[in-house]
Amino acid sequence: MTRDRERNRHAAPTRVWHWINLLAIIVLFMSGLNISNAHPYLYWGEWGFAPEQAWLEVPRFPGWMTIPGFYSLAKARDWHLLMAFPFAFGLLGMWIAMLWNGHFGRDLMTGKREWRWQAIRRDIGQHLRLDFTHSDGKYNFLQKLAYGLVLGVLLPGMVLTGMAISPGMDAACPWLLDIFGGRQSARSIHFLFAWGLFGFFVIHVALVLLTGPIGHLRSMTLGGDHEPANPPFAKTDTGDAT
Amino acid sequence: MSILMKRRAVLLGSGALMLGACSKIQQSDAGRGLFESVDDWHKGLQRFVRARDALAREYAPEDISPFFRGNGSTDPQNDGYPQHAANGFADWRFTVTGLVERPLSLSLDQIMRLPQRTQITRHDCVEGWSAIGQWTGPQLSTFLDLARVREGANYIVFRCADDYTQGRYYESIDMIDALHPQTIIAHRLNGEPLPIRNGAPLRARVERQLGYKHAKYLTGVEAVASLDDIGLGKGGYWEDYGGYQWYAGM
Repeated sequence: MTRDRERNRHAAPTRVWHWINLLAIIVLFMSGLNISNAHPYLYWGEWGFAPEQAWLEVPRFPGWMTIPGFYSLAKARDWHLLMAFPFAFGLLGMWIAMLWNGHFGRDLMTGKREWRWQAIRRDIGQHLRLDFTHSDGKYNFLQKLAYGLVLGVLLPGMVLTGMAISPGMDAACPWLLDIFGGRQSARSIHFLFAWGLFGFFVIHVALVLLTGPIGHLRSMTLGGDHEPANPPFAKTDTGDAT
Repeated sequence: MSILMKRRAVLLGSGALMLGACSKIQQSDAGRGLFESVDDWHKGLQRFVRARDALAREYAPEDISPFFRGNGSTDPQNDGYPQHAANGFADWRFTVTGLVERPLSLSLDQIMRLPQRTQITRHDCVEGWSAIGQWTGPQLSTFLDLARVREGANYIVFRCADDYTQGRYYESIDMIDALHPQTIIAHRLNGEPLPIRNGAPLRARVERQLGYKHAKYLTGVEAVASLDDIGLGKGGYWEDYGGYQWYAGM
C-alpha cells in the first residue's frame, strides 16, 4: 500500500463507528418522533405540562416517519432506550479512538489561520460553486466545522440532554439539570439537536452524492483510497490504526 | 451491475429491511427478551454510577408549578371510592402485608402521627411533561420497619383502589427504591390534603423514577419475593397492559 493510499484511509474505528452510529441515529430519530407524539409540547425550565406553557407545539409525526410505524410510546421507548447504548458508547469510543490515533488533531482540529474571515469566505464561495477540491489536509474548513459541530456539540449534546431527561440519571448527576437549565429545557434541546443532526444528515448525504458516492461508500466501508479529491501531499501516516 | 452497485443496493436494501424488521423483532420472543434486558442495563448502569441513596433534586418553594396535573385515573368510581371521598377518607385503611412479621392496618390519623418527610420534587411523566410539587408523608421505610419485613422480600407492591381501563392499578419497586429516603407515602400536596386527581388520600412518591411508578389511591403495600404471580407478572399495571419498562429511571 502506498503512502498516499494509507493517508486517505478511513481508520477502522471511524468506519465501524460510522455505520453503527448511522443505524443507531436512524432508530433513535424515528423512535424519538414517536415519543414526541406522546406529548407534542416543548417547554423551557424545569417544568411544563400544558399547551399554554409551551414555546412550541410540535406537529404530529405520521407513521411513516416513526418507529414503530404506529403510535406506541412503550414500543418507541423500547427502541430508543436500546439504541441509546450503541449511540452513547459508540460516540465515547470514537472520541477515544480519534484522540488516540491522531484523527482529531490531524484532520478535524482547525488552525488559527483557517478562522480568518477571508479564508472562510473563499471556502464558502468554493463550496457554492460545488468545488470541494481545495484543502491542505483531509478536510477543508467548512467540513472541519461541520464535523466538529456534529462530533463535539450535537452528538454529545444528544447524549447529555437524554441523560438530563432521565430522572434516575438526574439523581446521579444533578449538574446535568444545571448545564441545560432544567429538565424541560434539556428536553427542548434534545429535540432541537435531533433536527440539527437531521439537517447535517441531509447536507452530508447530498454532498456525498455530489462528489462520487460509490467511492465514498467504499472508503467508509472498506477503507482504502477512494476519496475523489485528494490534496497532493501527506502530513503523516495514519497506518491501519487497528 | 457492478459489484459496487450491488453492494450499494445491498446496503440500501438492508436498511429498508432493518426498518421493516423492527416490528418483527419486537414481536419475537428474542426481541422481547432483548428489550427486557435493556431495562436491566439501564437500571444497572444508573445504579453503578449513582450512590444507593443519592437524592433526586429538591427544589425551593418558588419553583413549585402553579398546578399539579393529574394523569391516568383522576376520579375513580369503583369499589366505594366515591363514598370514601365523600366522607373525607375517614374510614380509609392502609395495610402493610405480605412477607412481614407484623401486618399493619393503619388509619390516616395513625399515618399522620408517624415521622413525616416533606420534599419539593419534580414529577416526570413518561409522556414527557413535568410538574413540581411539595409532598408530605412518612417514608415507606418507616412502615416497613414497623411491620418488620422478613428475609426474602425482594419487592414492595403498591396496592391501589382505582380500576383503570383494563383492571386494577398496581405498581412495584425493589428494596433499593423502597428504602430510599425520598420514597414516601404522601398524603399532602403543597401543604393541602392530596387532591383526588393526584391520588387522595395516599400516593407513593418514587422520586428517581417516572410518574407511572408513583401509584395513587393507595390501600396498602405488600412485601413479596417475586412479581410473577401478581397481575400479569410484569410488576405493574402499565408494565402488564401497556408494555412500559418496569424500571422507569429513564
